[in-house]
Amino acid sequence: MEQYQVVPGPEAFLPPSAASMGIVLPDPGEAHIEGRIVDEEEAYEYAARKLLGAKVPTIFPGPLVLWKWNEKAAKKAQAIRELAEALPARLIPMADYRPKYPKIDAEVEINPNHPNLTIWHNKIDVCIFVGVHCHQANLALKIIRGGTDCYTIALCAQAGHEDACLSFRDITPDKIRKLTAAVEKLKKEGVKSQATPFKQFKMNRQGRIDE
Amino acid sequence: MNKKVEPQDRKILFSQNVKVGEKNHKGQTITDPNILFNEMEREASFLTGSEVIRAAIKRANLDVSVAYPITPQSEAAALIGELYAEGYVREYFRGENEFAVMGECAGAAFGGSRVFTTTAGPGTLRAMENFPMWAGSRLPIQVCVTCRGINSPLSIQPDTIEMYYLLETGMLVWHAETAQDLYDWILGGFMVSEQPDVHLPLALCCDGFFVTHTKDTVMLQPDEYCIPPYDPYRSPVPCMDMECPPIRMMRDPFVMKSNYISYMTHASWQQEIHAAVERSRKHTLPIMNGSLIDTENIDRDILLVASGTAVSQGREAIRLLEEEGIEVGLVKIKSIRPFPTEEVREATANAKTIFVPEFNIKGWLAREIKSILSNNERVIAGPHVAGGMTLPSEVIVEEIKKSLGIKGETFASHG
Repeated sequence: MEQYQVVPGPEAFLPPSAASMGIVLPDPGEAHIEGRIVDEEEAYEYAARKLLGAKVPTIFPGPLVLWKWNEKAAKKAQAIRELAEALPARLIPMADYRPKYPKIDAEVEINPNHPNLTIWHNKIDVCIFVGVHCHQANLALKIIRGGTDCYTIALCAQAGHEDACLSFRDITPDKIRKLTAAVEKLKKEGVKSQATPFKQFKMNRQGRIDE
Repeated sequence: MNKKVEPQDRKILFSQNVKVGEKNHKGQTITDPNILFNEMEREASFLTGSEVIRAAIKRANLDVSVAYPITPQSEAAALIGELYAEGYVREYFRGENEFAVMGECAGAAFGGSRVFTTTAGPGTLRAMENFPMWAGSRLPIQVCVTCRGINSPLSIQPDTIEMYYLLETGMLVWHAETAQDLYDWILGGFMVSEQPDVHLPLALCCDGFFVTHTKDTVMLQPDEYCIPPYDPYRSPVPCMDMECPPIRMMRDPFVMKSNYISYMTHASWQQEIHAAVERSRKHTLPIMNGSLIDTENIDRDILLVASGTAVSQGREAIRLLEEEGIEVGLVKIKSIRPFPTEEVREATANAKTIFVPEFNIKGWLAREIKSILSNNERVIAGPHVAGGMTLPSEVIVEEIKKSLGIKGETFASHG
């Protein structure tokens, strides 16, 4: 039987989890690209090229980096902001995991229970998950693979995500900066960002603030 | 598989937030599990299985245990109470019944504690609703299931039928053959089930009485050392947040919202639980000596494939058969969930006949094996016994000889 590949969908009405298809997570020092285990170093440039080639590259920061619950979280958030600016990429938060009814505002938030709504609405073609609890990230990544053609990248602080098309593990602020450095290196070599022009939105407790 | 998971040099990963060498609340030294399990000198002790559970929990840096009496696990539960009195276990109390015990274990685990409990037979069934809830909530609780018959009619004797009920709960299910397995796997089990990519409950099963109430020689590490504590910051779900899943799911289940995407989320959630079971494989290798199965002489035409104490009975049957010049190989299955599919396929590739002796009426292990082998007419479900009957090695011998057309002494009158 052919080896299963973790590639963008839309894959199926209910796609399988990649783990059930024989995809094993990378060990420390490794990453995976579409299910292929590679040295972590190889994945930085591959991810950077994917992000620069996207029309709507988007970072989904989760609660583990949105809230300053320790100093490490704040440092990681800073590194993510630098990556977003270097690309450039939109920042759309996954502030928590609550099912939201009657519906979410897909333009400015993403929810693990129906992440495809945010992908579809904004026409996101490459995204990054970072600071999302692993269970919720896997849930969302698999649903995205099932119903959208978005290329998913996970910057995981734990063991990585086989349900993402590309996944790093044991991510730290330094590793995020290595990804940013890979983006800047490619730009210097002449690779141009294909991102459509946009402006980061701002929100307060009352909602979106359009300047 | 995208990568061959090699057992060689595979290390047990543990939290980087833990400081190895520091003392725990009882003054035990927190020790790298790779050193504790593989390098530290051990001493022989002669203990019952219940005492072995106590010995393992003493070194497990345990936060909470909840107890409720039911034979044959009562003694182990009481011995853990002694550890609480001595200060090794931080919290210990008796639940109102098995259902309550498992709910209280969930509460403690939701709060970020390492939790251990024990149950058996009707207690397992009474608590059943909690087990998929534990798994669905990603709670790495360990329950030692000392298997016995399920009522009715009443039997307190060994029978592994309750394991059949546990197979699709989303828990890891391991089956210890010996007291040494039980000791090593209690400690190793915490290390596997608490991995962030696994983070699932473990049902560590052993055969009641045969393991719990008989004495065996067990090699133990010094008790001034313990495994690293549980680190709730590695959890794949947030701790105790009433606004977020999984806690929120229980008071406001999204499956009740009638639309397509809710069902999709629920289905994906279930898939993720079973994905986590799959992920446990590579973490289990260093705990189980490099494989989810053990094998002996698998190049032979006839194989016995078994788990738990049926392995011991099978081993003795093989010895008796060898005295008569009949050669039989052995496959010991250690993990039932995840099931060692590829390992069993490989080990049985050349076997012409495969016997699966079991201590339960349905022969669930034989069904599992038949379901993964292509030419499964080779699999003979049995011999199996139930309700507390013993499974004499001679009965296995008789069954194998019968298949070879050799007339032997019958044990029918011993039934």
